[in-house]
Amino acid sequence: MADPLLRVDNLVRRYGGITATDNLSMEVVPGELHAIIGPNGAGKTTLISQLTGQVMPNSGTIRFAGRDVTGLPSYKRSRLGLARSFQITSLLKDFSAIDNVALAAQAHDGHSFRFWGNARKERHLRDTARAALERVGLGKRADIMVSQLSHGEQRELELAVALATKPQLLLLDEPMAGLGVTESARMVALLKELRKEVTIVLVEHDMEAVFALADRITVLVYGRVIACGVPDAIRRDEEVKRAYLGEQHAVTRHG
Amino acid sequence: MKPKLNASNAVAALMCAALILLPVYSAATGNIFILTLFTRIVIFALAAASLNLIMGYGGMMSFGHAAYLGIGGYAVGILAAEGIGSGFIQWPVALVVSALFALLIGSLSLRTRGVYFIMITLAFAQMAYYVASALSRYGGDDGLTVYKRSDFAGLINLSDRNQFYYLCLACLFGGLYLIWRIVNSRFGLVVQGVRSNEQRMQAIGFHANRYRLVCFVIAGTICGLAGALLANNTDFVSPAVMYWTRSGDLMVMVILGGMGSLFGPVIGAIVYLLLEELLSQFTEYSGLILGPVLLLIVLFARGGIMGLLGRMRRG
Repeated sequence: MADPLLRVDNLVRRYGGITATDNLSMEVVPGELHAIIGPNGAGKTTLISQLTGQVMPNSGTIRFAGRDVTGLPSYKRSRLGLARSFQITSLLKDFSAIDNVALAAQAHDGHSFRFWGNARKERHLRDTARAALERVGLGKRADIMVSQLSHGEQRELELAVALATKPQLLLLDEPMAGLGVTESARMVALLKELRKEVTIVLVEHDMEAVFALADRITVLVYGRVIACGVPDAIRRDEEVKRAYLGEQHAVTRHG
Repeated sequence: MKPKLNASNAVAALMCAALILLPVYSAATGNIFILTLFTRIVIFALAAASLNLIMGYGGMMSFGHAAYLGIGGYAVGILAAEGIGSGFIQWPVALVVSALFALLIGSLSLRTRGVYFIMITLAFAQMAYYVASALSRYGGDDGLTVYKRSDFAGLINLSDRNQFYYLCLACLFGGLYLIWRIVNSRFGLVVQGVRSNEQRMQAIGFHANRYRLVCFVIAGTICGLAGALLANNTDFVSPAVMYWTRSGDLMVMVILGGMGSLFGPVIGAIVYLLLEELLSQFTEYSGLILGPVLLLIVLFARGGIMGLLGRMRRG
């Protein structure tokens, strides 16, 4: 197997008496789509937030592209090529769709201590942004204010923002959350395209999507990894079935 | 972005034209008072515009902005008292000291958010106020008289009412132009992005606080210029210009005129100071009327006067 792009060793994060991440280790290899599943409260979002640097672990290490990033703040990790989308849509609401994406491109185009020129007229930033919007199917909605976009469009915009940072690793925190059936299907189709270009870590509740997309799946329960493997192996895993009993039908339905 | 023809832009254009023509009116009617009043208004408009840069565009509710009025003013006053009358020295010193003060309080206060930020900026401004009060060599509580206005080697005579007014107006327009460029620049978009969603900006790779700090320093420096103008206008500087109620006045001007709108603070300063002036002729308690006016604006006209005008066209 290739050298891992992301390697997490013995990660621990506690909130008071609760251990949200419990001695967790995992690897993501270049080019794969690695899904993380687990019941509510399994610590999926906490894990993602530690990977991107919004939350600092109590102990353990995170290595990205061969470099220890455990102590790096999120803006520095973003520059190394780690991008995330948020479970609860997190965009600049009083900006247009294209402004949101262009700012992401700008963040990776040198420093922004430029005080004079009109940033909205910088051709290459706009072009990059427009391309990312086209990519997720929002080309026609570029000049609409984010607050005027539908929930589904906002989810797609989240993805465009992440793409515009030209990431090596894309961390998607429940991109399907709150989407209707057609919107979900569009998102799955989009992810199928994206996975050809970028390594993806996908946290998702929609099992149908996960089993359709993932190369490997890591199963979290109470902050621990109880299984990690290809979808078929996960489907057959006894411990997963036991731990995931409440949602067993979801796992077996596709088995 | 092309300027659109709407009510708020029309008002802004009319306002600029009126400000430019004011000395003509004053000379034609012999009304000197109005020129004096508007010189003061223009200076405060510049201060309010600088506050708007951090408050309206940057989302940083600084409650200590009047400190820079005092710092700029004292730089001029102290240098004049020490026999350095040249504006070419006084004014750069005023700007640099204001910038350094902003850098100091910004780097400490920007670690906090919300109410704590308001309180820390207020505390620093009050410290500046008490330090100035303790400067017994420079008048202490009583303030410092500036016997001679800044000397610009004959280029411009600050003691000439019209010339001084136009200098203040040039500073205001220059400041607004600078702010307009900044707001639409890469830097300005980052600062506004951080106001909108700091976590998102960090996640896409911006070190938010660095940009906020630079913005804070720019605003403080511009306000320091307003302070230097103010000291020349009143031929006097005292700790009172830094008192927290002055910072409050500046905030009110910004909110009244419209936060995050380029000309909002200008119209805010005009309306606020004119109302204050008018009301003071009838009553000692002008606050009794100003207070409710502000309340109505905040409750029913988010975005201030400029926001109201912006809605008129659509409405």
